[in-house]
Formats: sequence, C-alpha cells, structure tokens
Amino acid sequence: MASEDDRSRALGRPLDELHPNERIKAGSDYLRGTIAEGLADRISGSISESDNQLTKFHGIYQQDDRELRSERRRQKLEPAYQFMVRVRLPGGVCTPEQWLTLDELARTRANGSLRLTTRQTFQFHGVLKHDLKGTIRGLHEALLDTLAACGDDNRGVMCSVNPHLSSLHAAVHPLAKRVSDHLLPRTGAYHEIWLDRERAIDTREEEEPLYGRTYLPRKFKIGFALPPANDIDVYSQDLGFIGIEEHGALAGFDVCVGGGMGRTDNEPATYPRLADVIGFCRPDRVVQLAETVVTIQRDYGDRVDRKRARMKYTIDDRGLDWFRAELERRLGWSLEPARDYAFEHNGDRYGWVEGEDGRWHCTLFIENGRVRDREDCQLMTGLREIARVHEGEFRVTGNQNLIIAGVKRGQRRRIEKLMAGYGLEDPAHHSAVRRSAMACVALPTCGLAMAESERYLPDLLTRIEGIMEQAGIPEQPIVIRMTGCPNGCARPYLAEIGFSGRAPGKYNMYLGGGFHGQRLNRPYLDNVGEETILETLGPMIHRYARERREGEPFGDFVIRAGYVAEVKAGREFNDPA
Amino acid sequence: MNPTPLTDQASPLDRQQAERLSRLVEALSPGQASWVSGYLAGLAAAGQPAAPAAAGPDAGARITILYGSETGNAEAIAERARVRAVERGLQARAVDMADYKPRELRQERLVMIVTATHGEGEPPDPAEGFHEFVHGRKAPKLEGTRFAVLALGDSSYEHFCRTGREFDQRLAALGAERIHERVDCDVDFEEGAERWIERALDAFARHAEPAPSNVVAFTGSGERQGTVHDRKNPFHAEVLENLVLNGRGSDKETRHIELSLEGSGLTFEPGDVLCMVAQNRPETVAELIGTLGLSGEETVAGPRGEVTLAEALTHDYEITTLTPPFLEAWAQASGAEALQALTGEGRRREMLEFAHGRHVVDVVGQFPVTGLTAQQFVDMLRRLQPREYSIASSHNANPDEVHLTVAAVRYHSHGRDRHGVASTWLADSVSEGDTVPVYVQRNKHFRLPSDPSTPVIMIGPGTGVAPFRAFVEERECRGAGGRNWLFFGDRRFRTDFLYQTEWQRWLRDGVLDRLDVAFSRDGRDKVYVQDRMRENAAELYAWLQDGAHVYVCGDAERMAPDVHRALIEIVAGEGGLGEEQATDYVKGLQRDRRYQRDVY
Ligand code: SRM
Ligand SMILES: Cc1cc2nc3c(=O)[nH]c(=O)nc-3n(C[C@H](O)[C@H](O)[C@H](O)COP(=O)(O)OP(=O)(O)OC[C@H]3O[C@@H](n4cnc5c(N)ncnc54)[C@H](O)[C@@H]3O)c2cc1C
Ligand SMILES: Cc1cc2nc3c(=O)[nH]c(=O)nc-3n(C[C@H](O)[C@H](O)[C@H](O)COP(=O)(O)O)c2cc1C
Ligand code: SF4
Repeated sequence: MASEDDRSRALGRPLDELHPNERIKAGSDYLRGTIAEGLADRISGSISESDNQLTKFHGIYQQDDRELRSERRRQKLEPAYQFMVRVRLPGGVCTPEQWLTLDELARTRANGSLRLTTRQTFQFHGVLKHDLKGTIRGLHEALLDTLAACGDDNRGVMCSVNPHLSSLHAAVHPLAKRVSDHLLPRTGAYHEIWLDRERAIDTREEEEPLYGRTYLPRKFKIGFALPPANDIDVYSQDLGFIGIEEHGALAGFDVCVGGGMGRTDNEPATYPRLADVIGFCRPDRVVQLAETVVTIQRDYGDRVDRKRARMKYTIDDRGLDWFRAELERRLGWSLEPARDYAFEHNGDRYGWVEGEDGRWHCTLFIENGRVRDREDCQLMTGLREIARVHEGEFRVTGNQNLIIAGVKRGQRRRIEKLMAGYGLEDPAHHSAVRRSAMACVALPTCGLAMAESERYLPDLLTRIEGIMEQAGIPEQPIVIRMTGCPNGCARPYLAEIGFSGRAPGKYNMYLGGGFHGQRLNRPYLDNVGEETILETLGPMIHRYARERREGEPFGDFVIRAGYVAEVKAGREFNDPA
Repeated sequence: MNPTPLTDQASPLDRQQAERLSRLVEALSPGQASWVSGYLAGLAAAGQPAAPAAAGPDAGARITILYGSETGNAEAIAERARVRAVERGLQARAVDMADYKPRELRQERLVMIVTATHGEGEPPDPAEGFHEFVHGRKAPKLEGTRFAVLALGDSSYEHFCRTGREFDQRLAALGAERIHERVDCDVDFEEGAERWIERALDAFARHAEPAPSNVVAFTGSGERQGTVHDRKNPFHAEVLENLVLNGRGSDKETRHIELSLEGSGLTFEPGDVLCMVAQNRPETVAELIGTLGLSGEETVAGPRGEVTLAEALTHDYEITTLTPPFLEAWAQASGAEALQALTGEGRRREMLEFAHGRHVVDVVGQFPVTGLTAQQFVDMLRRLQPREYSIASSHNANPDEVHLTVAAVRYHSHGRDRHGVASTWLADSVSEGDTVPVYVQRNKHFRLPSDPSTPVIMIGPGTGVAPFRAFVEERECRGAGGRNWLFFGDRRFRTDFLYQTEWQRWLRDGVLDRLDVAFSRDGRDKVYVQDRMRENAAELYAWLQDGAHVYVCGDAERMAPDVHRALIEIVAGEGGLGEEQATDYVKGLQRDRRYQRDVY
C-alpha cells in the first residue's frame, strides 16, 4: 500500500522504470507514432505493435477474426486483420441523419452490423486497413469523431437516458457533452492522419496542456446518473455524478469516485470496486471538478503495473480521505455534504412512455446491442427506414438498448407501423430476465476473449427461462450479465448473476449483485460449464420462488439464504465466499 | 583457451564461417579442442568433407530452450532458464516456438521445452505450428537429442498442462532421451519452475558436450546413388501436404502441395520443373464409355500393352481436350457434315474455335458413330501428357521434399462443368499419404545468376510466384548477398496473397529487399504487376544498370506480354532511349541471359 506521498510508481519517474506503454506514449509525438506509414504499407493488413497502442487513442483497435487464425496460419496467410472503430457519442445521443451515416458506413466499410455498447455508443467491426480513413472521414462529415473513444484518456462520457424527465435530461446531457469535449486530447494527430490536415506550426509543449506527453496511466470513465434510474451503473465509473432534483429542477450532483470493474483471474490484488460518494457539487462546478480529479489520477496513478493503474487502486492505496483532501486542495473549495437520492433499478424500462414535454419515447430491446438484419427481424433495415422519417433523436442506453426519442404525438403511429412492418419485436415478447441481461462482444473479434459471450448468452438465457417457468416466476426480473473474460465490459460484477469467461465453454459464476447496481456480487463457481451452471441455478431459483420476501430481489435473497456473503468493499471481492 | 581471434582476412574462411569457428573454439575445453583437431585431421586424411548436418547451425553443445507462451509466463521462465544456463558457462538460446524453424530440430542435441496450455487443453497460439510439426508426419527422428519439459498450466482446467505432457511424450516417441522428469506447474509456478530449472540444468550440464561417437556418425551421410526417374519410370512420391492457399471467400483455388522425395535420389535446382503423370477422372471415363455405347471391359493394345478400355482411358489417353487429329478422324468416321466442314483446307481457325471449351465427349455424343471398336477409338486419341509444375522449393533448403503451387482448373462450358485433368486430380482425388508419379525436368533457361551477389528482380503473379519461392529459399540458404525484389499480384489482398507470411518473414530477415504487390479486385480500379513496375520505374532501371537479372513467370497469354511492354517503356523512359533502342536494350538483356521467362 503506497503511503500518501509515495510517487515511486507515478508520473515523473524515469520512463525506463515505468510500463513500456509509457515510453510508447512519450515517444509518439502526441499520438502520431508511425500510424500514417503503417496505413500506407501494402504487405500487411496490420499496423505495428506500438502504433496499435496509439490508434486506441484515436478510437481504433486492431483485431483479427480469431476463428480463422489457425486455418489461415496453415494457409501461410497472416491473421485476418481488421479493425474495430468506436464512435465518441457523449450521453449516447445522435440525430436521425447521423444514424443514416452510421448505418451506411457499417454496410459499406464494416461487417454490415452496428454494435451498441455498454457505454452508449456505436462500434463498427471488421473494418479493413484500407477502409479506415474512409470510415473516419465519413463520420467526420456527419459531425462525429472517434477521438479518445479508447486509450489512456477520458473515455466516452455516459448520461442517463431516463425519458420521463425530459427537462432534467435536457439539463444534464449538455453537461456530459461539455465534460467530454473539455477532456479531449488536444493533439492535431487525429486530423492529420485521418483527415489529411497539414500539421499546424509546431507547438509541441502546448499540445497537451492537460494530459502531457504520457496522457493518463490508464483509461478513465465518467458518468451522469438521474435517479431513480441507475442505468449507467454510476458506481462503476471512475467519476460519477448523481443528479439531485429539487422542486423539479436540477440542484446539482452527488459526486462519487473510484469505481471500476476490471480484474484479472488468479491475481487477488486486482478486483472490481464501487465508487464512494464524497459530497455534493453544483452544476457550474462540474467541469472544473472533473478536470481536477483527472489531474490527480494523472499525477498519482500507477504507471508501472497497468493491471493496477486505474483510479480505484490509487484511492484504495492512499485512502479516500487523502483523495478528498487532495481534491479540495486543488479545487480551492470544499464539497458540500452529499444529498439524499434513491435508485430503483439499473435496467431499462421498455416500450412507449410520454415525457413531461408531451413528446413520446419508445425504448427498444436490442439483444446485446447488435444491430443487424435477421430473417425474423429486419432490425437494421427497419431502423434505417425509421431514421428516414424520425424528427426527434436516437438515444443509446447504458444497457445496449435504443430509444427512439422525442416523437411528436402525430408521428407515433407512423413509426409504430414501420416497427411492425420490419418485425422489430415488442419488448414484451421477451422474458424479464432477457430484457435485463447484457453480454459483451467477446468472440470472434475481441482479442482478450477466452470464451463466447454475445453469441452464447441468448442460449443460456433460454435455458434459465425454462427454470423460471418451472419455478413459476417467469416475469421476475433477475439481472444476468456475461463477459468473455474478467475485464468486465458488461459490468458483470454488478449483476445478480454474473459470468466471466475462462476458456471455451467455461465460466466463473458470481452471485449477489445489487438490483440497482449498489452492491458487488461475489465469486461462487470457478471455471465451470453450462451443465454445472444450470444444476446450480435450478435449485437456487426454485428456492427463491418459494422463500423470497415481498419484493426481495434475487441478489439480496442469495445473501440472506447464505449462498454467498455480502461484498462490502471491492477489496473483499476475492475473499472466500 | 584463448587463440588469436579469427578474422576472415586471417583465414581462408568467409566472415560467417570465421565467426562460427571462433565461437565454437572459445567454448571448447582444452580436452575438447585437441579432440576436435584430431577429428578434423582424420576427416582430411579420409578425404571426406564434414556433412552439412554436422556443421549445421551451431550443432553440438548449445542448449536450445523452446517456449510456447501466450500471456508471457512460459516466455519469462524460458528466459530465466537461459540466463541460469549461461551463468553456468553453458551455451544456451531461448527461442519462441513461433519463430523456430522446425527444420533445425533434427540438428538439436539439447532441447529444453517450456510451454503453457491454452484453450481447452490446446497449445498456446504461437506454439501451434511447431506443435503440429512435431506431432505430424514430417517430424524427424530424434535419436541423439536429449530433452526435458516444463509445463505451465492451471489445475482448475480439465486438461491440466496437456500441451507440456504431449511434447514430453512425443519427443520421447521420436527417439529423444528424457534427461530430466517433466514437472507440471500450477498458476503459482514461480518456485516450482525455479527448482526445476536448476535440476534440469544439472542434467543438461552433464551432457553439454557432443560425445565423439555421436559426431563420427555425422560423416556417414555421403552422396546418394539415386536411380534415374523419367516419364517411363516416374518416382512415386508421397504427398506430405495438400492444402488450399486461398483464404475463405476467395473465388480462386490455388494449392500448396508438398511431396516427399525421400529415397528417390532426385535432385533439382531452382527453376527446374516437376512433371506429373496424372490420370483422368473416373466420372469422365465412365461418361465417355457410356456415350460410346461400350462396356469398358474391352481389351485394347495401348502404350502399356494390353489393358481394358477403361484402364487405357484412365491412364494412357487425353480424353478431354479436343485435338485437330481427333476431329479429323471423327469427321471421317461419323461422316458428319458439320465436322467435315471444319476439316477442309484453311479451316483451322474455325476448327479451333469449335474445339474451344468442347471436350471429346461432346463430339462423340453430338455425332454418334455406330459399330466403332474400342481399339479404333483409342487410336484416334492423343497420349495423355504429363503436366509440368514449377518447383516452389529449394533442394538445399528441403533436401527430401519438393513443393508445388497448383491452380485448380475448373470452368463451365457448353452446359457442362469441366475439370482440368492434373490440377483437379491433385485437388480432388489426391490426399496426404497417397503417392503421385513424378520426375524432374531441368529448366536451364530459368536459372539464378551464378554470382550470388547479383541482384534479381522477380515478377510472378498468381502461380507464377512458385519458382521465386524456390529462388528466395535458395538465396537465403546459401547466404547469397545479392538483393532480391519480388513483384506479386493476384485478385484480393485478404485471401489471395500466396505465401504471404513467408514473404513477410523474408522481408523482416532482410533476405527479400523489396516486395511490391498488386491486387486487381480490391479497389475500384484494377492494378496489375506491370503497373507497380511503372510506379517504381526509376528504381527498377537503377537495378538493371546495377546488373540485375529479371525473371518473369506465370500467365503467357496476357501477363507476360504486358510485363514485357512495361519493361521496354521503363527502359525508354528512364534511359532516355527511343522505342527501338529500348527494345534492343531489352533484347540485349535476353541475349545475356539477364532476362529469363518461364510462362505458360
Ligand atoms: C464494446 C464494449 C463491450 C460491449 O459489449 O458493449 C467493450 C469492448 C471491449 N473492451 Fe471494454 N468494452 C466496453 C465497456 C467496458 C466496461 C463497462 C463500462 O465502462 O461501463 C468496462 C468495465 C468498467 C471499467 O472500465 O472498469 C470495460 C473494461 C475493459 C477492460 C478492463 C479495464 C481494467 O481496468 O481492467 C479492458 C481491457 C483493458 O483495458 O486492458 C477492456 C477492453 C475492451 C476491448 C477493446 C478489448 C481490447 O482491449 O482489445 C473490447 C473490444 C471488443 C470488441 O470486439 O468490440 N474493457 N469495458 C464496451 C464499449 C464501451 C464504450 O463504448 O466505450
Ligand atoms: C513450364 C511450365 C510450368 C508450369 N508451372 C505451373 C505451376 O507452377 N502451377 C500451375 O498451376 N500450373 C503450372 N503450369 C501449367 C500446368 O502444367 C497445367 O497446364 C495446368 O495445371 C492445367 O493442367 P490440367 O491437366 O489441370 O488442365 P487440362 O486438362 O490440361 O486443361 C487445361 C486446358 O483446358 C482449357 N481451358 C482452361 N480453362 C478454360 C476456360 N475457361 N474455357 C475454355 N477452355 C479452358 C484450355 O485449353 C487449357 O489448356 C506450368 C506449365 C508449364 C509449361
Ligand atoms: C484462455 C485460457 C485457457 C487455458 N486453458 C488451460 C488448460 O486447458 N489447461 C491448463 O493446464 N491451463 C490452462 N490455462 C492456464 C495457462 O496455461 C496458465 O495461465 C499459464 O501460466 C499461461 O502461460 P503463458 O503466460 O506462457 O501463456 C489457460 C489459460 C487461459 C488464459
Ligand atoms: S469483457 Fe473481455 S471478452 Fe468481453 S469484450 Fe471486454 S475484453 Fe472482450
């Protein structure tokens, strides 16, 4: 545990004492590296190792189709290199025009599908090297970019989509966008490489006033929640803002710090952690506060071990009191005492609702966020046709779903007709478990996946639905989340039942997460297959059906029933159940 | 011992040899040194050169530590083992299985393997190739090799440390001697691994010098007195590998075929051609016999004496491609006017147009002849010709193998699917383990420059790239200093970049100096090799002025003429010459054997 002024692993140490990525960043001339040269090379569909680290800051990840790896190796072909491109979309809001561009690019430059993410944005998969520039240019023309969608910087900023409270959303969403824009890297690399801009006169030192040459030790995440909905899992953010409403208006935010999901198997020093609420702050001070928190992590975060480089460890290692003190010292003012608020759920509420402004909003269930046409459902085509007539906006939710928002009363029928016409399912057709579930992308694109997730969870859910039927509680929502590895991209450690992949067909199972994202779950089964999973859940769910108390969520029940002990702090996560 | 350092000036050796020798000498104890001098003297007396196998890359005392690692643990352990070994004054190198040339394995004396297991008991991705090789048909016998295996794993998996176990058992099965017991490490492998390394190195240390008996054995391998193989007496070569080089979604089917020449005595040089004595498809034979209204049991006298008609049509005759003689004979026999109209004087063009895309069976069916005997029919046919394939491997690099790059000929014409005889026989009916009749055909007019320092420019789109794989392999194997520049082209980058990873390695290792590729179906506008040549006109001309040799292989119909034209243009443009002078310049190149083509 680092003492408060220990800087031995932090910014300012000689680069060769730090993680290799620190040298790559420092030597990259502000994220330029040799990306441009790599794009020009015709002999490989890939780019160099170190450029791979840099393109992330541009929202671009090199991947390869892992299913073709060994086949292509035998064929003496390099892996089927392709790129994932992630859009920066603060708060998940986009216009119908932008939707049409995204749809077009997905079909002409990517693998024909769009992926809604757990942080409310879009991803393209399967973009080939020679299509990258065209993709970024296309987005640029639609006033979209991918800057800092990945990388050691402030990632896409989340914001509750809660459609009922239109006025609050209207107050908070612009803030989310301002924070995102304010914390963007300032380097000209993005425009030079992807949009063929000339390099502006050399102003190296000023190029990154906030981040500096080595940017952050690791990714950094910010989210704005609007109670009663915790649809962005505010406690999983490095920095969370919880909107406080007073007399129908936005009074300000309770601020929480130090959340994060990522962990590594067999490394107890890594664990998921929930953010702690440290006080209240007024709306006009949000941007300053966000920047200041970022600078603390920039200066104190661990730059030696990337597995412990997130702010949650900085805080645990030095203590929350140290953090608050350092924050208030840098701010020059103190946070007010936290106000009261109450969350009720972290899932989405589906179907049509009327906002206070008289506009209508329809939340669609998009299984695991994958937008593509299937025989039974022309999802991609349908949404394209809707975008052609829709006059409001689209909102991507933190649960990989989509809201057709701001529909005038007169327009609703027309959109309903289109939805019916293209077989866009009425969410009610899906069970409550399915509607509350999330799975990360995993195979075949994710380079870190150890097991299936997006392509497998739907089947597993079908079997669990069977159990729920037998137990006589088919409509009971239970939050189930799966990821293909321990990194936690679908925030599985907050689920009532969580799964993380260990190897093909093998998962860890976690139990006891809080129904509105207020409590971590705990490891229950290690490295098991479907059979064991169902044999274990069967009796548990039946017993839950019999013994649950009025309104008691499954996550609370498994703790009361003694299956697992409650996790009170991330540090305890790896302790024996 | 510490001799005056060897340099190439101070000795008749070239730099590389000098380095190798002094490296070896440094590592010798006085005892070893005197033994070696005796050994070499002995060789000289016996007038025998030490066979390459012995002198091969640092054979002898060195420990080779091969690691299979995905997330870095095994790699770290392997590196630690190397350091420990060096601290003990042993020669050791740690090599990622992904970068290891399997060919070297048979020469290793001391092998330490450190490997993880991934997937569900599968080898780590980077180790897959080596794992497959060691467990495959081409794995060498390993008598004289000593080894020990350290396995990393996670006991919570069903197949704990399976990959380590597999290597352990397989190496023993190949005749290698296990000199230290395998240990299977769980996720907390640190101490266990540390302890194992020390014990294992104790064992290795005991063997860390080549036993004399061992070395003497090397000198055994002399020249093979192979029998001659030719069309009449082809060698039946076992198929070691037969795979499609084009990735999924490609509309091409280009095969990489590896044949074993073990025991054949066959030798060849880069540029030579392998002839394949193919056979016709059973379905084609049956259809033809049926159309003729014969049974196939009839005996006919053919080139191989008396055999059944079916037999003869399968092995001895060309029964697809229509030849003018056949058409004439058939016109006569059938008396069909339509055919006779084609056979008259000066009607050749019409005849060939008619023949194009038509096969014997079409004519036999369309113009039936009654009462024709089997013998009469086969007498109209042409002998089945062997098919030639540019050899795609270097004899020096793979003494016991020959590699081919074969495009399957399939097309549809006049309402029928057609299959090229040899190429689709290889593609559809020949699998690993089968044998195919082959012999070597010299190709004197397609030869690497005798001076290894001469630069070469190779232009080989599609299967035309085959001989250049042999060229580059050969230049690498011989350590030839000359620069190498390859132009390759095909349809699509993602699926049709034949031997992509091999070219990439040769580029990395500096064996290949330049590689320019043209893929015709990727972008809006079609790009071909000749376009890439033009883009690089200045440099290409400079290479020519430096005495570079130019080689063209592949399609004779369109590619070769286009490339030829491009070459003349480049010379004219860069050399400031007129059309004619440029043409002469290129003719000159051809005369001097500096511009050689092998097109088909
Ligand atoms: C698309 C998405 C999952 C999804 O199904 O929606 C995703 C996908 C990936 N994540 Fe994630 N993460 C996604 C949300 C998350 C979240 C959830 C969140 O932020 O609310 C987390 C947990 C929260 C956190 O950060 O702690 C998350 C924690 C990670 C980690 C672990 C970070 C750590 O601190 O340990 C990695 C691995 C890494 O960074 O080294 C990772 C890495 C990745 C990569 C880029 C794999 C890689 O590094 O090569 C995945 C790309 C897969 C693919 O083929 O698309 N992703 N990732 C989400 C995109 C969000 C976005 O729009 O920005
Ligand atoms: C020196 C030399 C080197 C060679 N090297 C290689 C090599 O490395 N790799 C390789 O794949 N080949 C190579 N070839 C070509 C090879 O020898 C064979 O010609 C080729 O494989 C076709 O033989 P086949 O028996 O499969 O087809 P065949 O049964 O001989 O049929 C081929 C014939 O079918 C006809 N035909 C083909 N396509 C069509 C079409 N679309 N429409 C109408 N008619 C058509 C043409 O008349 C063609 O001649 C080389 C040839 C030579 C002379
Ligand atoms: C996806 C995955 C699958 C694994 N499967 C197995 C297995 O089947 N059997 C086993 O013994 N170990 C298995 N392991 C554990 C690894 O072998 C172990 O972590 C080892 O230390 C990794 O070594 P490396 O870092 O050199 O790759 C697996 C690990 C991963 C990440
Ligand atoms: S959780 Fe793991 S497998 Fe799933 S997307 Fe994230 S990194 Fe990939």
